[in-house]
Order: sequence, then structure tokens, then C-alpha cells
Amino acid sequence: MRLEYPSNIRIIRVPCTGKVDVMHLLRAIQKGADGVYVVGCLEGTCHYNEGNTRARERVEYVRMLLEEIGMEGDRVRMYNLSSGEGPTFAAYAREMTEHIKKLGPNPLKTAEQNSGKKGGGKREAQAA
Amino acid sequence: MIIAKRKPFEEIKEMLTPYNKVLTLGCGTCVAVCLAGGEKEVAVLNAELDMARKLDNNPIELGAFTVERQCDMEYLEVLDSMVGEYEALLSMACGAGVQFLAERYPEKPVFPAVDTTFIGVNRAVGWYEERCRSCSSCVLGMTGGICPVTMCAKGLFNGPCGGTNKGSCEIDKDQPCAWYLIYERLSLQGRLDSIKNISPAVEWQNQAPRTVIQPGYKKPDEAEAGN
Repeated sequence: MRLEYPSNIRIIRVPCTGKVDVMHLLRAIQKGADGVYVVGCLEGTCHYNEGNTRARERVEYVRMLLEEIGMEGDRVRMYNLSSGEGPTFAAYAREMTEHIKKLGPNPLKTAEQNSGKKGGGKREAQAA
Repeated sequence: MIIAKRKPFEEIKEMLTPYNKVLTLGCGTCVAVCLAGGEKEVAVLNAELDMARKLDNNPIELGAFTVERQCDMEYLEVLDSMVGEYEALLSMACGAGVQFLAERYPEKPVFPAVDTTFIGVNRAVGWYEERCRSCSSCVLGMTGGICPVTMCAKGLFNGPCGGTNKGSCEIDKDQPCAWYLIYERLSLQGRLDSIKNISPAVEWQNQAPRTVIQPGYKKPDEAEAGN
């Protein structure tokens, strides 16, 4: 389809979004990613029955953890689509990029720069 | 098993404010099974603390280790070579584990990261229900396997009381009456006579710390003296 989507997204492939752990999402933010989103299959169509619903619960949990420490929970999101929906994938990528741009950079990077350390990181996406 | 809940993050963060190098210690037994203080929960808490302290411009150095059981000195020994380099210890074990850790390292401040909640069962992943108050006077044999101390709002050993209401407890219509459940269970088993047994009141030995020495075992000092 040769669809274009923002180049600042780094895709991490997993066999099923049920494999995505709370620590994977948290670690991405901890290491400086401005946002993370999980892209899973449509709800009700999981090959493993509940992989994507579990992923959504974990995403919700990570959003709560981020709010708890004073960061925007909305830096972590979950999207659902079917594997045949390339244009939707690209649309979600653009939507997330715009959303994160509005939120601004990961505040941890700013904090690290203030304390004299180098910051860095990219927006990360997890797709299944 | 012992069920615990993680303390609110703010409370944990507040306790650690004066320290810059802390070792977070998980426990691989009850609290790991009830998803409150095992290896994974240690990793999540450390990640949160690390980020929160960076945001506060007061970075903290965190170590992580999970022992098999914090309520057993044998398993704490492995920590002896580690704790020296830390200013404080953050334990994710139950209250018993935290106290054993504090006893082994009396010079180190030890902080609890979880609230020990009850002795309970695993209804489903992440869903736990209280079943035992460790009263030291088990009557489950007479009550059809339903604990009146835990399940009855008044903890009545001989019930029901006048507040039983068509299967519900007077405190809440959604709270089943333990003695109604006991009646139903004993009736099912054809053992209703059992409900007439009068049980002496619980002595509540747990007002003072209790000790159990199993048959065939002695306190170490008695064993050494050859008593």
C-alpha cells in the first residue's frame, strides 16, 4: 500500500498484545520515550481469546501509574484494528504523533537535562 | 496465604524522601502470588520511584532483589553482603517479613511498601477473599467448613444473632449471614445437629504475640541444652 506515517515512531513487534507487559510500557517512558501506544487486534477477535483485552487492562494500569507519579497518563494509549487495516494503522500513528506533540516532550528528559545528564528517546509503538 | 495491598505511591515516596540509595526487597511467597510484592511488583515500584524522584530533581539509586521468603532467616542471609551499601531497605513483604528484615539489620531503617490485609483465598487472578482470622480455635469441623469468626460481622462462635435476615446480614443486604450459610451447608450434609454444639468463646490469644512449636521440635536454646 506504500502508506506514509510519521517516521519518529519505532515499532516493536510482539506475537500478540497479550505479550506486552506493564514493565515494557513503563520502561519505554522511563528511558525517555515521549509516548507509547499499543496496537492490538479488534476486541472480540483475539486469536488467543483475551490477549488484547489483557493488554488494554495493562495500558489502563500504566496510565494510572503515570498519573500517580505526576506524569500525563495519556502518554500511553491503546488502539485496536484488524491486520487488514493498513490505512487505519497509519491514521492512528498520525493521531498519536499529533497528540504527543501537544503534550510535549517526556518531562523526565527535561528533568535529566536540568540535572546535567543527556536525555533522549523516541516515541515507541507496539504492534501485533 | 497472606494477602497484601501495595501502599499508595505517595506514602511510599514520602517515607523514602530523606534517602538517596535504597534496596527494594520483594518476597517470593504469599505477596508474590497475590501480585503485591513479588519480583515484578518490585520492578514496577522501582520504575515509579525512579521516575518520580527524577521529576522532583532528587534522583534516587534503587537496588532490587526478591528473596524466597522474608519470614525465614535462612533466606535473608543472602542479603548480608548487599544491605551495607544502602541507606534504607524498602520491603514488599507482609508485616512478618518486614519485621524479620528489621530484626536482622537493626541498624538499617526498614520501610513497608505494602499493607498486610488478611489470610485469604485466590478466587481468580488478582481477586482475593478473606477466609481466616487465625483465632487459634478452629471450629470449621462443626460449621461445615465456613468460618464464623471471619464471615460473621460479629465473629460469633455461636449463631446466628437476631440480625440475620433471609440469608443476609443486618449490616448489609449484600453481605451473606455466615450462620445462614453454615445452616445450609450442614443441612446439605445431614449434619444439622452440629449447629447445636456450643463453642466456648474464642480466647483471642492473638492479643499477645503467639508462638507455635510443632511436635518433635524445640526452641533452639532448649534443643542445645538437651532438654
